[in-house]
Amino acid sequence: MATSKATSDAAGPNAESVFGPARRRIGEKAIAVALFLAAATSVVITVGIVISLTGETLAFFADQAVSVSGFLTGAQWTPLFSDPEFGIRPLVQGTLIITGIALIVAIPLGIGTAAFLSEYASPRVRSALKPTLELLAGVPTVVFGYFALTFFTPSILKGLLGMDVSVFNGLAGGIIVGVLIVPTVASVAEDAMSAVPQSLREGAYGLGASRRQVTVRVVVPAALSGITAGIVLGASRAVGETMVVLIAAGQVPTTSLDPRNPMETMTAFIGATGKGDVPTGSTGYKAIFAVGFALFVITLILNTISIRFVRRYRQVYE
Amino acid sequence: MTTAEAGERPVSEVLGVPPAAHKARDRGFVLVLALLTSIALLVLAVLLIDTAIDGVPQLSLSFLTSFPSAFPAKAGIESAITGTLWLMGVVTFVIVPLGVASALYLEEFADGTRLWNRIIEVNIQNLAAVPSIVYGILGLAYIVRGPLSLGRTVLAGGLTLALVVLPVVIITSREALRAVPPSIKEGALALGATRWQAIWRQILPSSIPGIATGVILSISRAIGETAPLILVGAATFVAFNPTGLDSPFTALPLQIFSWISQPNDEFRMLAAAAIIVLLVLLVILNAVAITLRNRYQQRW
Repeated sequence: MATSKATSDAAGPNAESVFGPARRRIGEKAIAVALFLAAATSVVITVGIVISLTGETLAFFADQAVSVSGFLTGAQWTPLFSDPEFGIRPLVQGTLIITGIALIVAIPLGIGTAAFLSEYASPRVRSALKPTLELLAGVPTVVFGYFALTFFTPSILKGLLGMDVSVFNGLAGGIIVGVLIVPTVASVAEDAMSAVPQSLREGAYGLGASRRQVTVRVVVPAALSGITAGIVLGASRAVGETMVVLIAAGQVPTTSLDPRNPMETMTAFIGATGKGDVPTGSTGYKAIFAVGFALFVITLILNTISIRFVRRYRQVYE
Repeated sequence: MTTAEAGERPVSEVLGVPPAAHKARDRGFVLVLALLTSIALLVLAVLLIDTAIDGVPQLSLSFLTSFPSAFPAKAGIESAITGTLWLMGVVTFVIVPLGVASALYLEEFADGTRLWNRIIEVNIQNLAAVPSIVYGILGLAYIVRGPLSLGRTVLAGGLTLALVVLPVVIITSREALRAVPPSIKEGALALGATRWQAIWRQILPSSIPGIATGVILSISRAIGETAPLILVGAATFVAFNPTGLDSPFTALPLQIFSWISQPNDEFRMLAAAAIIVLLVLLVILNAVAITLRNRYQQRW
């Protein structure tokens, strides 16, 4: 038979008389190749990100004013001064503090929301709550930045709580970023809790456990890898969040640990420096790429960890 | 713990508290969970109310039809609105063919055991979580300057935003394709259709509502993105509408950011008004997406 890929050479009219000439398969091949090329663009994008970041980062370290050890350990970040210092520690520290505050907010809120949705909410409440959470996730981050700067800091932190905070401060930035990542943490954690087999719950009920005990002692431990995945993904979003911290946390790279003061994160530095007209090839321009490279690596590690954890609970229960 | 042991222990020890106390504790626990759930929603509500209080008094026809100005009373967002519409056009034009084609390849053609197909899959998962500002850096280095050298134009901004949301489009389109039962495709193949005929005439038409929903939601994410546009260098003071793909531009989120950055309170009020316009645009897009999903999605 002429058809190369026919799965069975069944009796009856030959394949060609039914399906038409085999030539048509060339078109099919061409389509498959075209679709493959489209799918491969995503790899090209990744390669583009990696090459553009590493290229300029290498150029950054080749600069006379910069040394690798100074970059990793230095406590001063003043790339646009006439006598620049390039220690990334203040930026990393600002990022860590703000991510930490965000997680302190998002972990209880996210897991609580997930447990409520998965274990307690009636179908009707669920169908109202989930779109609202999606709405929260869909609000542009620049809007949250506006809210943090013009309402949260003056009215809540200063007004309601009477705290002595600066106009720009890490605390407001961190808390609002925390609220921002609640939908991320909650939706991944809820997926994991819903994937816990009903038989585990029923077994616990059969032993006389109450709903709370089932939730706390059976569902949460059984869904732990998925919950961890949600938290890690939330952390990755908090690390990469730009607008809230750029607007509300200030642009002062500092080694102070006090979140009531202004601080600058890695993303805020990139945004603040990229905003101006940085000339191509200047050390400030290259610094954007060096910090972006560090940011990319950190989020890539967090994402990989998160994907691993998700895969683990899928393997167990699905 | 063996069953024999459990039988010898009193119920209260196994369960922690006597059964009578369960009810009270359970009720308290539900209240705590409901409270935790409501906090994020409460913040959203306060955010919307606060923005409305600041912004609604500033809204007027002249605000929508004026260009940015150094005088708050005369400033408006016409160029920001047209810029955002242009960006939406470019993003749609890029993500629909590229996103749907990628999804089709991964769902219908790719052999998941092959190494390069696995690389593509993991890669898309990772790209979806790359911070948008990193795409901004890529846009700055390769699209605005470097190889493509498009300058700070509508096309450069739109391409950068398209890259940001492409992974989301691929992921949602794949879900839409997967929702079509295999029996549809198998039926078509059994009737003698080629693989592509089955896809083009059966699977794709059935999954269009799902794909369209994903595309619209991605567009609404794209037009709210600010960070990549800052790096791509959209100007914030543009007193004219874009005239084409090679035109300089501004966009709503950028205009908002630029007004927030002003120390002057009057400009911050304008930012609130522009936020309302942006949110209304997003609500319209989301409503269209939800309607599409509910009305046209087939239940199998």
